[in-house]
Amino acid sequence: MITKRIIPCLDVKNGRVVKGVNFEGLKDVSSPVELAKYYSACGADELVFYDITASAEGRDLFTDILCETASNVFIPLTVGGGIHSLADFDRVLKCGADKVSVNSGAIEHPELIAEAAKRYGDQCVVLSADIKRVDGVFRVFAKGGRVNTGMDAIEWLKRGVASGAGEIVVNSMDTDGVKHGFDLELLAAVCEAVSVPVIASGGAGCIEDFITLFTALPKVDAGLAASIFHFGEVRIMDLKQEMNRKGIPARV
Amino acid sequence: MIAILDYGVGNLFSLKSSFAVIGAEAIVTGAADDLRSADKIILPGVGAFEDAAKKLKKSGLDQVLIAEAGKGKPLLGICLGMQLLFERSYEYGEHEGLGLIPGVIRPIADVIPKDYKIPHIGWNALQLARPEAPIFKYTKDGDYVYFVHSYYAADCDASVIAKTEYGAPLTAAAACGNVYGCQFHPEKSGVAGLNILRAFCETEA
Repeated sequence: MITKRIIPCLDVKNGRVVKGVNFEGLKDVSSPVELAKYYSACGADELVFYDITASAEGRDLFTDILCETASNVFIPLTVGGGIHSLADFDRVLKCGADKVSVNSGAIEHPELIAEAAKRYGDQCVVLSADIKRVDGVFRVFAKGGRVNTGMDAIEWLKRGVASGAGEIVVNSMDTDGVKHGFDLELLAAVCEAVSVPVIASGGAGCIEDFITLFTALPKVDAGLAASIFHFGEVRIMDLKQEMNRKGIPARV
Repeated sequence: MIAILDYGVGNLFSLKSSFAVIGAEAIVTGAADDLRSADKIILPGVGAFEDAAKKLKKSGLDQVLIAEAGKGKPLLGICLGMQLLFERSYEYGEHEGLGLIPGVIRPIADVIPKDYKIPHIGWNALQLARPEAPIFKYTKDGDYVYFVHSYYAADCDASVIAKTEYGAPLTAAAACGNVYGCQFHPEKSGVAGLNILRAFCETEA
């Protein structure tokens, strides 16, 4: 039986992990390579590296650490942040990324999804969207959630899947950072609309939030989170054992 | 020395790295002579069957693979590389494979329930049909490995060494003498995957 995936997301700036982390046995808490190894050993099913670097030098550092990570960690790696062109896809895929996540880049150039899917296969293209309710309608936001595009989120995701996106990351800005659980209403609407795997992001505060997610919405394939894993509030193995106890398949 | 065949299909960075961590010497090569001098061959691949089969044929590497496998050299196909080992595929038409393992490649949509997502993406458990298979020397029934595929090997019961359950039993790994295939990605399947690569490295010609 296919298992539900648990995915830690690491924000990387100038080659270092941004959010503070403190684990026993981890020497360099801001080394993406060390942290990736740690998570892989702890049972993470996949890792997302999100590049929040602005400078060209930072970009080079990012690809260096990506190569080093892919040489040491043998679980799927998704890379996002600063992906605006096929050249960006190429740059990170050559360094060992398995999937590439597009967000603002796809909003600016919607044809990027189809072009990348044609060249690298649907399975390689992840469409990530920052979504927030505006007057009761789900809208897509660009530029890290700063700009309301005015686009209907469900229509945007359907269009992305029709163009070749192989997976969808749904990041709810309404629940993100609140730690009161995932945005079940939004996720239910997305699962209803698309047939590709859906990764839930935004709002996880405790193990129970993941149990609620996968129980209420069996069509959700994966749960993604950052700070609760980084700060040790939720340990991935504890989470997965609890999932199995509740009848939710997880790889332990 | 292990030759990882580079015929312009897919990304071989992780595959090469995974042999490095298990201490096996591996090269990425598109040269026929390297395949001939290698102890073992890896046939990787992602993407469409037709395109990959054409690339192998155009370069003449298909005949080299068939000849080397015929001499008893261990050959491991991964993902699309596994599918290419079979007789033919029905992915967008009908296309000829290498014919090293009896069987054909069909859409998983033919056998899985309608409400299951395609592709089959994620970690799924191996059900070992032939636990004694050499590449499973370090593998336990129930080990999880990472799959990404929309087609599967069918009509190959005699060669199936492991299945996985996705609403229907799907071929996860096959073997025919010295020719092996994994539908999943051992280079992306953590320790369980590295164990399979290690066991392949230890197989005898």
